[in-house]
Amino acid sequence: MSLLERDNLLFQGADWDFSLIQRIHDAIETIGVGEMGLNVYPNQIEVITAEQMLDAYASIGMPLFYKHWSFGKRFALHEASYRQGFMGLAYEIVINSNPCISYIMEENSATMQTLVIAHAAFGHNHFFKNNYLFQEWTDADGILDYLEFAKGYITRCEERYGHAAVERVLDAAHALMSHGVHRYPRKKRPDLRSEERREKERHLHLEQTFNDLWRTVPTKGAAAKPQLSDERRRALLELPQENLLYFLEKSAPRLQPWQREILRIIRQIAQYFYPQRQTKVMNEGCATYCHYRIMTRLHETGQISDGAFLEFLQSHTNVTRQPEYDDPHYGGINPYALGFGMMQDIERICTKPTAEDREWFPEIAGSGDAMAVLRDVWANYRDESFISQYLSPHLMRQWRMFHLVDDPDQPELRIEAIHDERGYRRLRRSLSRHYDVGWSDPDIQVIDVDLAGDRRLILHHHVLNRTLLHKDDAQRVLQMVANLWGYAVVLKEVEPATGAIFQEHVAHPHETLF
Amino acid sequence: MYIIDRRLNPGGKSLANRQRFLRRAKAQIQRAVRQTAGDRDITDLERGGEVTIPADGVREPSFRRSGEGGVNDHILPGNKRFIEGDTIDRPPGGGGGSSAGGDNGEGEDDFRFALTRDEFLDLFLDDLELPDLAKRRVATVETQGMRRAGYTVTGSPVNLALLRSMRNALSRRIAMRRPKPEDLLRLEQEIERLEQQEGPSDHLTALRQELEQLKLRTKRFPYIDPLDLRYRRFEPVSRPVAQAVMFCLMDVSGSMTEHMKDLAKRFYMLLYIFLTRRYKHVEIVFIRHTHEAKEVDEETFFNSPETGGTVVSSALREMQRIVEERYSPDSWNIYAAQASDGDNSPNDGSTSAALLRDVILPVCQYYAYLEVGSDSDRMQTGFINHKTSLWQTYETLQEQGANLAMRKVNHRREIYPVFRELFRRRDAEAGARVP
Repeated sequence: MSLLERDNLLFQGADWDFSLIQRIHDAIETIGVGEMGLNVYPNQIEVITAEQMLDAYASIGMPLFYKHWSFGKRFALHEASYRQGFMGLAYEIVINSNPCISYIMEENSATMQTLVIAHAAFGHNHFFKNNYLFQEWTDADGILDYLEFAKGYITRCEERYGHAAVERVLDAAHALMSHGVHRYPRKKRPDLRSEERREKERHLHLEQTFNDLWRTVPTKGAAAKPQLSDERRRALLELPQENLLYFLEKSAPRLQPWQREILRIIRQIAQYFYPQRQTKVMNEGCATYCHYRIMTRLHETGQISDGAFLEFLQSHTNVTRQPEYDDPHYGGINPYALGFGMMQDIERICTKPTAEDREWFPEIAGSGDAMAVLRDVWANYRDESFISQYLSPHLMRQWRMFHLVDDPDQPELRIEAIHDERGYRRLRRSLSRHYDVGWSDPDIQVIDVDLAGDRRLILHHHVLNRTLLHKDDAQRVLQMVANLWGYAVVLKEVEPATGAIFQEHVAHPHETLF
Repeated sequence: MYIIDRRLNPGGKSLANRQRFLRRAKAQIQRAVRQTAGDRDITDLERGGEVTIPADGVREPSFRRSGEGGVNDHILPGNKRFIEGDTIDRPPGGGGGSSAGGDNGEGEDDFRFALTRDEFLDLFLDDLELPDLAKRRVATVETQGMRRAGYTVTGSPVNLALLRSMRNALSRRIAMRRPKPEDLLRLEQEIERLEQQEGPSDHLTALRQELEQLKLRTKRFPYIDPLDLRYRRFEPVSRPVAQAVMFCLMDVSGSMTEHMKDLAKRFYMLLYIFLTRRYKHVEIVFIRHTHEAKEVDEETFFNSPETGGTVVSSALREMQRIVEERYSPDSWNIYAAQASDGDNSPNDGSTSAALLRDVILPVCQYYAYLEVGSDSDRMQTGFINHKTSLWQTYETLQEQGANLAMRKVNHRREIYPVFRELFRRRDAEAGARVP
């Protein structure tokens, strides 16, 4: 190794310090932004200890979060398995905020810090900033301020109304979190920064316009109320409504203002995390692809040594390992492996296409500029659409994928499709559907309620593939809904095609709880 | 790019969450702790450790599909021999089909996690209470501590009470009519303006004189004066420390088997842990006896065998001697626990009873008698009503109203329930028991 090359090295050995982190970041930035054309938020890299990493795990990685027992439970769980050595800790956590915060662990070696910065501070960061779902649904500028507000608000509620009362609302809101998101854009975008201000304004308005005299004004007889048609009544309540938290926040007749506000907070947070659930494969794939490219370039340009590169490869192959279905370690499809594999495949299609690729992907095959294609993919797709568009026959053959169907009416399991000419499209369609959250989450909607009558809330679960809800859990959650709603709630499990009702759950509110 | 070193931030960020969690699952954790305590070696109790609670109580339900029923399908990698249309037998024991199991973990059965020592003991000894705490207030050993006590005019700079000093300075400045800086400034500007506008005049001279005087006054009454300074004052206080001594009395004659000694040891350990939680300072005195009693160290107490008859009063006398010598009842909370298999020489009964009633019990906060039996005793149903001579002696005392707790234990798993029973909070019962 010549003297010049040696000088080029960013580091030798495993030790690192803050100036080295800065140099690593700058070297990666040169490659990531300069050569790959990544577009990232400014980075904020925070060094933490293993214990702080466990803390961060407990609060879904967010630097500040309100207090709830379930986070304590999660912490205890992680801590126990970590101490027993069942679980290693992640090397990093990255937060979709502006500036983009990445936590890196102090135990990492210099190579690992390089990998982590390339992966999180550039890969994930680029994805957060550019993907349409994140742009549509999350507010990277405001999230930290909003969490601060949420934490403070919930603490104040606990002081004012007691731990138990707040905990009941939070429990119920958490149970409904997966049904507390808007799946389609509404008229107005959420702006988290203004949420806090608006809450104050709402409160102030109530105080300013408060007049005790109204209480004494005699009310008219009920007969004066005009009868609304069913259609009109439902339209006024925005029914049917699939965002249960939103509906309860807006329409539950007996909630206190602070209870509504807590539902709103949980709803906002659920909405913030919603894109992450839909882009697991792409997000990890993007980050993994970026770190692979960047580390390779760093090695090519002599900025990291052969030893460091081998250390990186070892950890990289661990992350992207996909055990086969009959392997005892098999635990579903590894999103890192699938995402990375597909993105490398896209690169191959762009640069070295086969005749098959030209037939399947005429618009990108042989285009030469893989990065441009990938940047476009990262910006405009989510897992479902990404897989249904870009999973290539080549990769399906490489993974030897097959489609297994388990129909309880049949005596045996059946192989529906395998990696052959007849099966490619069907395989791809089925796999992409697995990543569609709209398909994997049960479809539950508020169908009707007669606010002027008995106020019984009617929910429907549109049953897919005859798979009913987990009965015990459904009953528990329904009980919470009833407590929030304040009146009886009924949940019907309905076959959407025929309207046949499989099952009905009913819950009545505990009067004492709210 | 910014790099922030968070490593020195205070840890325990999720402590509040943990407390909420423990509070939420308190009943279950407590049950688990008690169960663990039964299985565990008493010496390990102090270490805290893992407990397992049923996951049901801390479940977070959500609307989700059940794993059963309905059509499931899976995309799996690693096909080796299948072609389209093949059928496979259902793997035994589950409708899941393959190991794919994309369904939510139905089988989250038990929830296992670690408690710290303090949390463990808190839950373990929760709702237990020391009986007869009257003397706790009487204290002897006094520790010296410092306490804030007002302000003083002298002191070291670190104790400077800034707020108070500045307030004094302000009130002095007001009282002395120290000219305000803005007044001076206004005057100076006025003079300057007059100087530019017109020549010397009386008015100007007067103003100048006034300014001169004001400046002098400013100098004479400084902004802050040593007179204003106040320091936080501390004074030493002596704090009483409640202290306790625990007497462990045990019969070590030949009739005491290892099993019985083990039972006794477990009971003493529990008592010790419990006392250390309540008192800052706990001393233990081990007295073993056959026909004569001796104070020994712990090792000898539990391990070295002795032979001889059994005279309980010898141990009581030894205890009396030690109390007189070292542990004045005025300043010590005295607890005594006696373990024995119940044997006593026939002519010693009345002596022991008298000693206990007249000497020992009056100085003790609490006296517990634990009769240890062999493991097989429980089986001999015919002997259930058999009372040993010591038991009979003590029972008579108790009937006369002596403050004496007695229990019989045969198996180690009974130790903890017996212990709880002896020390459980007895608010309601107290009035009835004490005559």
